[in-house]
Amino acid sequence: MARVVVDVMPKPEILDPQGQAVARALPRLGFDGVSDVRQGKHFELEVDDSVDDETLARIAEGFLSNPVVEDFVVRRVQA
Amino acid sequence: MRIGAVTFPGTLDDSDTIRAITASGAEAVALWHGDADLKGVDAVVLPGGFSYGDYLRAGAIARFAPVMGKVVDAARGGLPVLGICNGFQVLCEAGLLPGALLRNAGLHFVCRDQWLKVENAGTAWTSRYDAGAEIIIPIKNMDGRFAAPKSVVDELEGEGRVVFRYAGLNPNGSTDDIAGISDPTGRIVGLMPHPEHAIDALTGPSDDGLGMFLSVLDSVVAA
Repeated sequence: MARVVVDVMPKPEILDPQGQAVARALPRLGFDGVSDVRQGKHFELEVDDSVDDETLARIAEGFLSNPVVEDFVVRRVQA
Repeated sequence: MRIGAVTFPGTLDDSDTIRAITASGAEAVALWHGDADLKGVDAVVLPGGFSYGDYLRAGAIARFAPVMGKVVDAARGGLPVLGICNGFQVLCEAGLLPGALLRNAGLHFVCRDQWLKVENAGTAWTSRYDAGAEIIIPIKNMDGRFAAPKSVVDELEGEGRVVFRYAGLNPNGSTDDIAGISDPTGRIVGLMPHPEHAIDALTGPSDDGLGMFLSVLDSVVAA
């Protein structure tokens, strides 16, 4: 078994109002110096060793993300 | 004339869709997400709601329902399909329409009567309208902001595939005020506002929505 992390983020050119709302809230909470926030999704998958990288990419691209508006990164974090 | 209305787990507007189909004079056929056939319908409507709780992304899981495989095949073969609100999101996730619907720019659930401009009266679902007509029907969603790569938006605009545009205030930050689009054939149309809630002035802001359900009857007869 291995743990695979898939991070999905809105593409840079896509407006992210949720991230902006978080960024605007920080100064009100007394946290200064954060100029921008982008909000995405983080998936943790427990996968059998038989699942290859190509399959993981297909899962990330075809289901966990919408490639029209989102980018993704697949990482194996545990051998 | 038989028009199907698909119910997924979490679909909300199937009853009003069936009521609208019936009001147009067609026979409404209830289709279930687990159905493996389309029961011989002449057109399909994907109603609004929150299929599968909007988990992952709106429409992302409904796209894999058994009935959707049949809808995709039939749509590619020319069957008229209308996606309303969540149904529009499902059509985008299924790749039958380009682009995606994202969280409203104002981060509010928008629920109000909305003026729209009919930009293309040549689709299977809009032939009963005059091009440039302004209609008022309800809008109610959290994820209605249409977004697509600039090349895709340019193609939609250039080919007249922006079918509906928000008139007056843009409710959600949608690119180019886009409220609804079509595929290249004009037989597959998706829009965020709800024509099925505006088929009778007694229960809606107008009867402006009925024209979509009447239009498709003309297109089926003509086909």
